[in-house]
Amino acid sequence: MTILKATDIGISFGGVKAVDGVSFTVSPGQILSIIGPNGAGKTTLFNIVSGIYAASRGTIHLADEDVTGLSPHKLAARGLSRTFQNLQIFQRMTACENVMVGRHLREKCSLLPALFRTTSVTRQNRETRAAALDLLVSVGLKDAADVPAGSLPYGACKRLEIARALAAEPRVLLLDEPAAGCNAVETEEIDHLIRQVADRGVAVVLVEHDMKLVMKISDRILVLERGRPLAEGTPREVRDDPRVLEAYLGQHGAREAARA
Amino acid sequence: MGALLNQRFVTLAVLAAVIAVLPLVFPSSYYFRVASLVWVSALAAIGLNILMGQAGQVSLGHAAFFGIGAYAVAIGPTHLGIPPWAALLIGAVLSAVLAYLVGRPILRLKGHYLAIATLGLGVLIALVISTESRWTGGPDGMPVERLTLFGWRVSGSYTWYWVTGALLLVGTWIALNLDETPTGRAFRALHDSEVAAQVVGVDVARFKLQAFVIAAVYASIAGSALAFMNGFINPDQAGFLHSVELVTIVVLGGLGSVVGSIVGAAVLVTLPQALTVFHEYEHLLLGLIIIVSMIFMRNGIVPSLSGLFLRRARS
Amino acid sequence: MAEFLQFLISGLTVGAVYALVALGFTLIYNASGVVNFAQGEFVMLGGMVTVFASAAGVPLPLAAVIAVVAAVVIGLLLHRFAIEPARGASAVTLIIITIGASILLRGLAAIVFDKQFHKLPGFTGETPIDILGAAVQPQSFWVLGGTAVVVVALYVFLEHTLLGKAVLATAANRLAARLVGINTTTIMALAFGGSAAIGAIAGILVTPITLTNYDVGTLLALKGFAAAMLGGMGNPLGAVVGGLLLGLLEAFGAGYLSSTYKDAFAFLVILIVLFAAPQGLFGRRAVERV
Repeated sequence: MTILKATDIGISFGGVKAVDGVSFTVSPGQILSIIGPNGAGKTTLFNIVSGIYAASRGTIHLADEDVTGLSPHKLAARGLSRTFQNLQIFQRMTACENVMVGRHLREKCSLLPALFRTTSVTRQNRETRAAALDLLVSVGLKDAADVPAGSLPYGACKRLEIARALAAEPRVLLLDEPAAGCNAVETEEIDHLIRQVADRGVAVVLVEHDMKLVMKISDRILVLERGRPLAEGTPREVRDDPRVLEAYLGQHGAREAARA
Repeated sequence: MGALLNQRFVTLAVLAAVIAVLPLVFPSSYYFRVASLVWVSALAAIGLNILMGQAGQVSLGHAAFFGIGAYAVAIGPTHLGIPPWAALLIGAVLSAVLAYLVGRPILRLKGHYLAIATLGLGVLIALVISTESRWTGGPDGMPVERLTLFGWRVSGSYTWYWVTGALLLVGTWIALNLDETPTGRAFRALHDSEVAAQVVGVDVARFKLQAFVIAAVYASIAGSALAFMNGFINPDQAGFLHSVELVTIVVLGGLGSVVGSIVGAAVLVTLPQALTVFHEYEHLLLGLIIIVSMIFMRNGIVPSLSGLFLRRARS
Repeated sequence: MAEFLQFLISGLTVGAVYALVALGFTLIYNASGVVNFAQGEFVMLGGMVTVFASAAGVPLPLAAVIAVVAAVVIGLLLHRFAIEPARGASAVTLIIITIGASILLRGLAAIVFDKQFHKLPGFTGETPIDILGAAVQPQSFWVLGGTAVVVVALYVFLEHTLLGKAVLATAANRLAARLVGINTTTIMALAFGGSAAIGAIAGILVTPITLTNYDVGTLLALKGFAAAMLGGMGNPLGAVVGGLLLGLLEAFGAGYLSSTYKDAFAFLVILIVLFAAPQGLFGRRAVERV
């Protein structure tokens, strides 16, 4: 069963084809990694799938419904959530509040009760905060709950974004370089976390440069080069694909991958 | 959570105490008048702060809604025979409807484009007010009937001190309520990162619009209160310079801080009163003070000072 | 036809002034990212200093030079003591600083000069010239010609001098400009000085037609800002076209529709344009990078 299906996606900026004819599918509980050299169009693809850019061609189906061109918040309401490569956290809010915003779709949000702070609003607030704290624990940020997010270190922000994305209880989770800037221990934790999420039946699409992590965790890998699909398959197939070795991994990467 | 609840309570208690105690030290009715002006400006600023400080959307035409509220209570009773209190409500509804209608296209704009669009809206409304003199008395302004509530004729600077003070308390209470709710969080989230707010499901356009409407209603009610209090109104209250004054109050006090908006209003309203002793140097000094305080307290008075105290306390 | 021509010429004349104010806006905005609401005060200074200098017996051309120099000095002081110390502050904070500066300059003008309206004589007489039935003030040609000279001079400066190219580079990317060794602080000061000079020239040229007092700057700044936006913020050519367009709109709107709502047309059009094209007429659509 497929939950997210992208078909023949293409977009160009000022004549440059940033993404050109890319297709992929991912099923619940599966981890699909998208790899490729810098400028291969990975993040652009994410931006199209999450509704931030409008693709110039191609379609996107979420749970068998055509969602091409829907705005990001509508996609979020249908169960798509994501993190960003260059952090997009709410700097002036605390870590806990960041995750609470992630619960937005799970909360009742009407204006008048909010203005007069009815007891139901207070109760809901308490529940949301409890749920947010649980998520912070799961990404190892329990102690940072009431710290302004803007003052957290880079790696912590990365995990905070994951917690925020998970707070929405998504069916599909797009992670854009979750391990970037993380040390080995933190990467290990993220690896663990992603597996856990997938085991719960969430479809995970991962863009990541850490080949060790990618090879270890992925069910399937899609390789992009200059906006075009280069290869697709299991980690083993991709690793042994001479085109991939040549275009992307190089000898060093190949050795690294072999060791993983 | 408990601490936050407390903070809200403390803020309200301190504000109520200040409003209650000030009359003990006021030597003349002039002081009551100035203080009432502060309360009214603070009310408008608190609303604008929800839009600018929380949701991060600038409005350089906000005095227009202040003017709509003011002229609603002037025109309604005088020309249409509407009871003054009903005119206040009608003004607030009119402001909300207008903000709702123009907000959708305007709030799609960002940064300086949003600034010029709100500025344009403000100038247009001010122009209509000063041109349609049949209704508004034109540039000279028009008198406003006294407010009567259940047979009680609200008049005198002493009475209005308490009425505007109570209005400010309610306005502060509502603004503080909003902060810790899904709506308030959505405002702050879209301020920090619109795109991140969108991908967690925040309908950015809807929440910007809500903030705009809330701010418009605050300004409208403040405008009505000022018109009642003065018994007279002129188009300057809806004009560009008053819009600028409101923005300056919010930024000077500290964007995002409810207390900041009140402090900002206190400074910016009392300053010109204090500077009148310098006669012709008044504007020069006002401009100078604005520049200097924005340079040295660029985050606004309240955040800058509280930051200073926190650092002192820690060291 | 005569009527149409009359509106056309008066529209272009007023539009030329808006264009110069918008150009000043654009210059500062490009170099520093600051929206300078004190731009109108440069126009006021240009007119007022010339009026008072020539009243003191200084010949008009020399008085005009003094006015430009005075405006440039004020522009440099504004940059040095109000903008430079606030480097890195948010856009709204900077806007408020320039609004503070405009209040200050207005207050200063009211003290140094007075609060009366003043007039300058037309540079080459005041007998209207008949063009196909339209009575045109000779000063209109001075305004249009002067504006053309300023625009061409600015174009040559930006495109054909090393310093001008440094300004353009700073506008395109401040960090990159600094990395290749451009002193961006000097460039910003240059922009403030240049923009003050342009504003002052506009004020000197137009005072014989529209009169001046200490308070004319506010509305001019608003219209100039609107014109810059109409053309697309940051685009010098757009600023000029936006200014002329705004002037024409006002003249024709006032002539054919309603003269009481003359000032409304500019802002009505701005709103309509922004609703249809959120980046202005000539603004480039930026792709949001996330």
